[in-house]
Amino acid sequence: MSRAYARTWLALLPALAIVAVVFGTSVLYGVSQSLGWLPFLGQREISLDAYRTVMFGADHRREFWTALAFSLWVSAAATLLAALLALLLTLALGPQMRANRRVLTILNLNLAFPHLVWAIGLLLLLAQSGVLARIAAALGWIERPADFPVLVRDRAGLGVIIAYVTKEVPFLVLILVAILRAQAESYTAVAQTLGANRWQRLRYVTLPLVLPGLLAGSLLVFAFIFGAYEVPALLGVRYPKMLAVLALDFFLNADLRARAEGMALSVLMALVVLLVALLASRLRRQAVRP
Amino acid sequence: MSWLRRTVIWLALGAGLLAPIAVLGVYAFSQRWFYPALLPPEWTASTFVRQLTRPETGTALLNSSLIALLVSLLALLVGYPAARALELGQLPAKGLIYALLFVPTVVPTVATGIGLNILFLRLGLAGTRLGVALVHLVPVLPYAVFTLGGVFAAYDPTYEAQARVLGASRWMIWRRVTLPLLLPGLVVTALFAFLISWSQYVLTFLIGGGQLVTLPTLLFTTVPGGNQATTAALALVFVAPLFVVIALTARYLAGSRVRGGELLLQ
Repeated sequence: MSRAYARTWLALLPALAIVAVVFGTSVLYGVSQSLGWLPFLGQREISLDAYRTVMFGADHRREFWTALAFSLWVSAAATLLAALLALLLTLALGPQMRANRRVLTILNLNLAFPHLVWAIGLLLLLAQSGVLARIAAALGWIERPADFPVLVRDRAGLGVIIAYVTKEVPFLVLILVAILRAQAESYTAVAQTLGANRWQRLRYVTLPLVLPGLLAGSLLVFAFIFGAYEVPALLGVRYPKMLAVLALDFFLNADLRARAEGMALSVLMALVVLLVALLASRLRRQAVRP
Repeated sequence: MSWLRRTVIWLALGAGLLAPIAVLGVYAFSQRWFYPALLPPEWTASTFVRQLTRPETGTALLNSSLIALLVSLLALLVGYPAARALELGQLPAKGLIYALLFVPTVVPTVATGIGLNILFLRLGLAGTRLGVALVHLVPVLPYAVFTLGGVFAAYDPTYEAQARVLGASRWMIWRRVTLPLLLPGLVVTALFAFLISWSQYVLTFLIGGGQLVTLPTLLFTTVPGGNQATTAALALVFVAPLFVVIALTARYLAGSRVRGGELLLQ
């Protein structure tokens, strides 16, 4: 092994060590405790009890399957809507605005806005006595706050979906703009010279170019929403809960044995997220290749 | 037709960015603003000033700033050599290492935090700024390496060789050639690290163990209390520094070739 080669690895070592040690121990501890290895409670037997209790036990199975279905519903609905809106907004921007630095700055600023504050803003905007309800009352559409539809802290997850759709549209638009600026504008020009009309250019040039990237980005968004905590904790209800909220509830339970169940939940959730995210990164690599 | 479309888009973009800030601003400075009044009957800065001068807010501001600065510094110090090695060194495993670094960025923070909670309690790191900063590095460091990797991929190291041929010392090469060329990318990386750390709630809560108060944890406990003006004022205190930091680094953001789409979900 040459010296240069050894130095390269040495330069990588601190970063890899931090990620491997901190993240690695997290995975190791999480998985082993979900399997019932809780030495501080005197429990040293490996079993799938926690998984069984959470998924099939009479006390928790309804809560678990509801949370799983609810997480899937919220993540899928928010992702689909965000992807559709992002595509429409990107197309509406047109080549000139897509290259406009101020447009990109606004989108980036949106991205930098913390989810926590975004959720609080929506809470104040959409609550039954919030800003929109006041406007509706001023217009004479409603009389009492109760007449205003329940848009946040609702059982269908509307508030959480609205929060994620509005928050992830800029993320997806930036991905689409990057793809279009890198390749599509010149292809579009060629197609135009060859006599393709607007619809043909969209159908045969632009869409095939952006769809793989949009799909990859959407899967990342799905994975992120599926495992997120703050927004559903603030804009959600006690029942149904999303998986991340349920997992943390179990973990913080005064009964220490519930910890193993909380870990089991978080391992299951992380597995779903990882699968989706790996699929996304695979698709993205294919999308980047011409 | 074209200008109409443009106006609509500008309005939509502006509203998307400004609406939440405007709502927070109106609530934060309102007094006795009950439904169905369309606008606050009275305006006051006292709620905002009270939140800003509360000792808890001061502590949270200090903790958030120290942790985010430490995280940014560590991300640069550790991420710089790693990214340079990945992009400019001859590594056969480059793709694999990037793939490994990708994993911690997508695993939910609830899962990461739950896994580390007990270990950090045992190590005495729970409830300390160092412990929280270390855990923040799990999502931050991979992003720092990705961002810096992009910077090094567009960097031409032969400039360094030219300076060496002209007799510059190693320090002079770094100070006069490498640093000026990489500066925008370094600033942007630090900014990303700062943003992720500043906005982090779950990891801080699980590792801080309720003892270490940062702005997100303080804000999170304030919401269920219900006073909307207080919540809005505290939310403004939480986001205002972010916009100051972004404004301070804006000229580097424009200069760097970092793609915005790579900026985080977290």
